[in-house]
Amino acid sequence: MATAAEKDTPRDTAPDSVVVRFAGDSGDGMQLTGGQFTLSTALAGNDLATFPDFPAEIRAPQGTLFGVSAFQINFGSREISTAGDAPDVLVAMNPAGLKVNLDALKPGGLIIIDTGEFTKRNLDKAKYDVSPLEDDSLAKWDVLAFDISALTIEAVKPFGLGNKDALRSKNMWTLGLALWMFDRDRAPIEDWLKTKFKSKPDIADANIAALNAGHAYGETAELSGPLQKLHIDPVEAEPGLYRTITGAEAISLGLVAGAQLAELPMFFGGYPITPASAILHHLARLKEFGVTTFQAEDEIAAICAAIGASYAGQLGITSSSGPGIALKGEAMGLAIMTELPLVIVNSQRGGPSTGLPTKTEQSDLYQAIYGRNGDAPMPVISARSPGDAFEVAIEACRIATEYMTPVMLLTDGYIANAAEPWRVPDPDTFEPFPAKFLDKKNAGGELHPYKRDAKGARPWIKPGTPDLMHRIGGIEKAVDTGHIDYAPDNHQAMTDARVNKVLNVEVPDQEIAAGEAGGKLVVVGWGSTYGPIRRAVDNSRAKGMDVSHIHVRHIWPLPKNLGELLKSYDNVLVPEMNTGQFKTVLRDQFLVDATPLTKTSGQPFSIVEMEEAIGKYFDGIDDNEGGQVDVNDTQLPSSGG
Amino acid sequence: MNAPVKFETTLKDWETDQEVRWCPGCGDYAILKAVQRTLPQLGADPSNTCFISGIGCSSRFPYYMETYGFHTIHGRAPAVATGVKLANPDLDIWLVTGDGDGLSIGGNHMMHVLRRNVNMQIMLFNNEIYGLTKGQSSPTSREGTKSPSTPIGSFDHPANPCAFALGSGARFVGRGFDVSKNLPDVLKAAHAHQGAAFIEIFQNCIVYNKDVFNDFAAPKGAGDRQLWLEHGKPMLFGDPKAGFDKGISLDRDTLTLKVVEATEENWKDAGVLVHDQTDRTIAHLLIEMPFGAFPMALGVLYDDPRPTFETAVIEERAKSAAGKEANLAKLLAKGQTWTVEASEGHPTD
Repeated sequence: MATAAEKDTPRDTAPDSVVVRFAGDSGDGMQLTGGQFTLSTALAGNDLATFPDFPAEIRAPQGTLFGVSAFQINFGSREISTAGDAPDVLVAMNPAGLKVNLDALKPGGLIIIDTGEFTKRNLDKAKYDVSPLEDDSLAKWDVLAFDISALTIEAVKPFGLGNKDALRSKNMWTLGLALWMFDRDRAPIEDWLKTKFKSKPDIADANIAALNAGHAYGETAELSGPLQKLHIDPVEAEPGLYRTITGAEAISLGLVAGAQLAELPMFFGGYPITPASAILHHLARLKEFGVTTFQAEDEIAAICAAIGASYAGQLGITSSSGPGIALKGEAMGLAIMTELPLVIVNSQRGGPSTGLPTKTEQSDLYQAIYGRNGDAPMPVISARSPGDAFEVAIEACRIATEYMTPVMLLTDGYIANAAEPWRVPDPDTFEPFPAKFLDKKNAGGELHPYKRDAKGARPWIKPGTPDLMHRIGGIEKAVDTGHIDYAPDNHQAMTDARVNKVLNVEVPDQEIAAGEAGGKLVVVGWGSTYGPIRRAVDNSRAKGMDVSHIHVRHIWPLPKNLGELLKSYDNVLVPEMNTGQFKTVLRDQFLVDATPLTKTSGQPFSIVEMEEAIGKYFDGIDDNEGGQVDVNDTQLPSSGG
Repeated sequence: MNAPVKFETTLKDWETDQEVRWCPGCGDYAILKAVQRTLPQLGADPSNTCFISGIGCSSRFPYYMETYGFHTIHGRAPAVATGVKLANPDLDIWLVTGDGDGLSIGGNHMMHVLRRNVNMQIMLFNNEIYGLTKGQSSPTSREGTKSPSTPIGSFDHPANPCAFALGSGARFVGRGFDVSKNLPDVLKAAHAHQGAAFIEIFQNCIVYNKDVFNDFAAPKGAGDRQLWLEHGKPMLFGDPKAGFDKGISLDRDTLTLKVVEATEENWKDAGVLVHDQTDRTIAHLLIEMPFGAFPMALGVLYDDPRPTFETAVIEERAKSAAGKEANLAKLLAKGQTWTVEASEGHPTD
């Protein structure tokens, strides 16, 4: 990938994309810095993708290796599909941040270091015997080391802050420098600081002063050393209104839109868990859209209350991550048995058990499709990127209400936290799917709560409707009447009805993301692997390889044409951040010889890893067996957690 | 709450066409009849009434009520009912649970539905045993209860459902037993209470824990063993026909209750307490009275309403939405945005 210039090429030829990583202590405000840099990048018209990577500990001991928090952004004048493999620029706010992230940096890349933090104490904490600034261990990179701490203190001096408070503005000083480096406007950041510190104008002014000082430093240092200004042109994009969006925001907005399209009030039952809580936080502020948020006593109560709300005629939604989803399993069975609409959002993280709370993985696929007692079929749908999550959330609401069924929406920690530019859709372009409620008896003077429509869905009957009193529950019910019925032929008939209803959920035919039907190799992905697969397939095709990319949104039921499509290729490679779960589903459903490419290090795939795996098919290796991506820390830092 | 419209119904209107499947002689039959007798007296509307239950013998209750009913999963009925009530606060909700369902697997949800004060009637049928799973000891079984899972007798300390409820923040705590003629009065008081109303109903499991409540529930000598509480009335017990002969008094030095000799004439001088159903401290003492030395306290033990959860949720929703426009297009375009203009390569259409 042609990103920043190599060390021996002049820096004034602007690359078409750049990867920057900010790394520092958990308390250094790296996520905030990254977030604001992202905003300025978006406003500059570049395409971008981000990867926030932070420890599971809220305030890990200062200066330690496991307390490092990092934020990576890849931006450019061409389409950006991942947060980038290796950074071109690393901003290290302390020795630990440098140590943890150094291996990832591209040879010839630029390191910006705050020497003020390279004290004996901090070097010890980062387990450096000798300061890397004093030996030649950083020789293969450009190093720009200066005392950001002292410069910040100097810049905010007029505001009379103590040293400790003054140093809090260090991240804004650094941001100011970064804004200068990439020729960015400071005004939106100043506006944001003024709003954020509305009640503390002194703090706002101090931060703005630090920002300006960092920027000014860039101006004056321009003539010396490796620090040079780079202008990345805006990307060619579809015309329209844009904003940046994270997956958690997109899902929240999609659920609100979905409830509006179904013309239903929304009830959201949640329980705090990383990384799913962000959805609860977003929705809690959107009450004007007929949203009720309920922070339950546990995961089970969260889904049960959502089921209760759906029973009473609202759109029940619950959200969690792997361990919480496991707790909700029995209640999902109840929703399947009582055939009530429900959306369950799973923001997957590394597992099993508590696993890696802040790291990403796709290992809940089996759990989503199969993870309940009994034959408990449920539609499963997945988001491939932050922006895509909006549409997927609407689709989940549609399936749930049209088919009277719980639906699981799979996203992951990467999508939840990552941001990308998003073309703001016009809500009027979405087809409404208003929910219908039964208001009179439906079987010749009698009520049959389980009488099915053409889609196999039973009627939705709100308690409180005159004269439609009836009982539902988790016990097997008789066909049509819904009375308790344990008879053998009835259970067979009801099991079949539930399975068929879900198998017949209408899903669009599978499209090809890149390439064409038929050929030597297809790379089949689902969820957040979209970015690296897309880029790797594009790069490989540019080198003349006959490889295509298929990305599956509807995991269950699968698109009807998918089996035939897969059989049109000589080889099927399935990259996943698990040990090969979707591969197994594809083999089972279509009897295709799908080959796994797996990675379970808590980090997304890199483009290089993906390209290598594709390349093997074109290196004369006849029976490529895929394999497992080597565990490495070069993609992104593995900082505790 | 809407102004209640009185509906004209009879007991028959509340019966379903489903065959009742409890064991013959089960205390549940008496409770079912008591509820079906009570609802017409309340002027309740079957279309607006919803029975929600968990799992266990008691939780089959909704199938026999000609109302809306939801037989949910083990222990989770309070959570489901909370969602139903928040989605439709006008529904009249009755929760049916047991000692295993409500205090063991569902103890957590019970605590939270009570402390949140979601407006519903919660009937906990306490038979001190797991019935539907064939007779294992339960969290309310008395020490020494022999059961398939405790063949030489249980050894864990039982929970006191009313003490649990009060400790969880319940604002209504009542107690009755299956065949008591006073049960409908307790149910009516619970229904009149705005908020979570907890009613422990001792229920005779004639198969696995037969007559375990006979020591106070048996008709013979009941006056000496049952203290029926009435707000504003002295706590007298004994033979009612003889004008009672005993009362409950407070030992103010030790802050404990004691039994004193007293009659309808001299109870004041004897220091007998007058039942104040809003007195939380006395309610606790009455609930914890050791049976034997004391009678079993029954009736409305505590009733002191405070604002309900659904009211608070509605208020919070209104406050949070105040002055905000529900405009989806504006919501989607919120925050800092930028516009990409159409260029030659990208026509606007």
